Amino acid sequence: MDRNQSRWQVALMRQSLFDQGYLDEQFIQLEELQDDANPNFVEEIVTLHYRDSSRLISNIEQNLERNPLDFDKLDNIMHQFKGSSSSIGGKKVKAECTLFRDYCRAENGEGCMKTFQQLKKEYAALRKKLEAYFQLAKQAGPTETACRSK
Amino acid sequence: MDNGFSSPRHDAFPAGLRVLVVDDDPTWLKILEKMLKKCSYEVTTCCLAINALNLLRERKDGYDIVISDVNMPDMDGFKLLEYVGLEMDLPVIMMSVDGETSRVMKGVQHGACDYLLKPIRMKELRNIWQHVFRKKIHEVREIENQEGFEGIHILRNASDLSDDGHSFSGEDLTSMRKRKDVDNKHDDKDFGDPSTKKARVVWSVDLHQKFVKAVNQIGFDKVGPKKILDMMNVPWLTRENVASHLQKYRLYLSRLQKENDQKTSLSEVKHSDLLSKDTAASFGLQNSINMHDAVVDSYRSFGGNLQRQNVETKSHRGDLKGIVSELKSETKRNLTCSIPDPLAIKGSQINFNNPFATLESKGNYAALDCTIPTPYCSEPPKIQLRQENKPLLQSENSFSQLPMHGALNQIQVEKRQSIPLVSSKSSITQRDNGGSIDIKPLYADDKTGYASGMSAVGTGVDTFSVQSKSHITDPQISGPISNTTLGMKSQGFNLGCLEDLEYCQRNILFGSEATSTPLDKDFQFCWLQGDFYNLNFGFQNIEMPEYCDPGVTAEVPIHSYDTLRFDYEYPHDTADYSVIDEGLFIA
Repeated sequence: MDRNQSRWQVALMRQSLFDQGYLDEQFIQLEELQDDANPNFVEEIVTLHYRDSSRLISNIEQNLERNPLDFDKLDNIMHQFKGSSSSIGGKKVKAECTLFRDYCRAENGEGCMKTFQQLKKEYAALRKKLEAYFQLAKQAGPTETACRSK
Repeated sequence: MDNGFSSPRHDAFPAGLRVLVVDDDPTWLKILEKMLKKCSYEVTTCCLAINALNLLRERKDGYDIVISDVNMPDMDGFKLLEYVGLEMDLPVIMMSVDGETSRVMKGVQHGACDYLLKPIRMKELRNIWQHVFRKKIHEVREIENQEGFEGIHILRNASDLSDDGHSFSGEDLTSMRKRKDVDNKHDDKDFGDPSTKKARVVWSVDLHQKFVKAVNQIGFDKVGPKKILDMMNVPWLTRENVASHLQKYRLYLSRLQKENDQKTSLSEVKHSDLLSKDTAASFGLQNSINMHDAVVDSYRSFGGNLQRQNVETKSHRGDLKGIVSELKSETKRNLTCSIPDPLAIKGSQINFNNPFATLESKGNYAALDCTIPTPYCSEPPKIQLRQENKPLLQSENSFSQLPMHGALNQIQVEKRQSIPLVSSKSSITQRDNGGSIDIKPLYADDKTGYASGMSAVGTGVDTFSVQSKSHITDPQISGPISNTTLGMKSQGFNLGCLEDLEYCQRNILFGSEATSTPLDKDFQFCWLQGDFYNLNFGFQNIEMPEYCDPGVTAEVPIHSYDTLRFDYEYPHDTADYSVIDEGLFIA
């Protein structure tokens, strides 16, 4: 019973992530890749992503402190970051990335700064949610979300 | 990273497809690896472009396809794409999160066979095997064409041997064939068989120059592939490539030597190697060049071989570059085009000696070789080389560029032929002979184009066109022709090859209605007027590409004085010859 409830909660949580626009189909793609050979594939990918992208975040932050701003460089880093975010399906984060790049091309420093703050918020929010999600999933049962085995 | 060096599994294709993935993003690398594994492919991952290149170079046959990201820190994805295409000739798929049209276009321009947008769906990866399959088919086709071409070479060569060019003895044919086979085999080795995709080495001008420099440094007598390879210091070049190239080079030099010796022979029509070599390009150039000179001189000397002229003017030393430049500068090449005295030489054939031709060009453009039949001699100048067969040639570039038709004028202009073809020098990257330069680009990419019927001609044309494209600065016919050829590139017909090509083609290839007469007339005309060049040029062009073979037409005229024999059978319809043959020194 408890178990079922847990599973139910996990499913709900998962669904809300999609409904609220945090995740897109890419996340489902990852889930579909998960199988017996890689039972924790999704979590591994997410972990990998956050490790790599945090480096990019600090890189952008450093470059935003420069004066004058090097928009090309910022655009470049953000391009990488966007690619990385797309790997896990971070929908909201990706939207902020696109906005940021637009500001870069327009050479709007202020726009960049503002967008970046927003981006960081979304980035952190998603991270937290995913962590909670995986936590719950583990508790609910190992095969709960995994194994759409192919 | 896992294996990637296993041999391809043919049995369960596309399963077992060996994929190399290059991406600086570790997350994506892992995802792609997993996706590809799910497709039953063999995956190797790389996060640095330079590592990827090394992996590819270490084992040329180790991978079937490469997937690479566009934005990478150590090397631009497009650059990597170029390298892979050039050195290994593998299909490359680009990917990026940026899907802007300009970027995608750039990818395609650089040779990507596909461009995927991130996030990538698994179903998109499932179908990547089609690119591998497509390339394989093209390769097979090319090789087949090449072999088919041999037949034409032999024919041409045979005719060359005969005195009046009308008949060839069986022995000649056989011996020719043998020689050709040997040469071809050698080349084939480089090509590899269809099942194993081997990277084709493109002997660009620079590469060839390095080669020549190395040879000269070592000393021609003591030279050996290993020594050359070491001296050249080109990482991705193999001993095999060098050996093959060396052989061609040697042949080329010996041909040069021979030509020099033959200076005095008058109406000797030499069947230029051109025929055998697909370096049509070079051929063309030469022809033009030779023609030019030849015309001038031979006019007086009557049928003096162009070669002669060429020899004098240009001594190419096996230096491809030199040759090329020579062409450009209108130095005469040994175009064996001997401009026979129209009157006198009935059977004289214009040999287009292609210095480059020393390489046994498979596709010889024998067409170019079309020694301009002297038959012209009596005919009034009508250079209408362009036979009506134009349709055959329909290559994109269509001869329209080539004014050959009736372009007597054109031809005349060309006289100078500074080798417009040569100009394509820039394009010489291709494997084709150095002379023909740049056939490669056309060719390489356009394998499909060749296959199409006109093929023989077309191919020649391609090369030709390639060349012409780049430079055809010369107003001369070569110019036009070359241009056309360039255009033709895919068409295989590069009609541009000139009308001659067309001519040849028509006659030969298609056995089409090539009206031999026109040709005769044209030739005659040319000759008479000393527009020799023009004709030659046309031939040259034709020759250049291997296509010429079909066009061996050049030969035709010679032999059949009266009726340009256009009924060469051109088994190969694929214009891929030239490509295959890689021009002069392509190894």
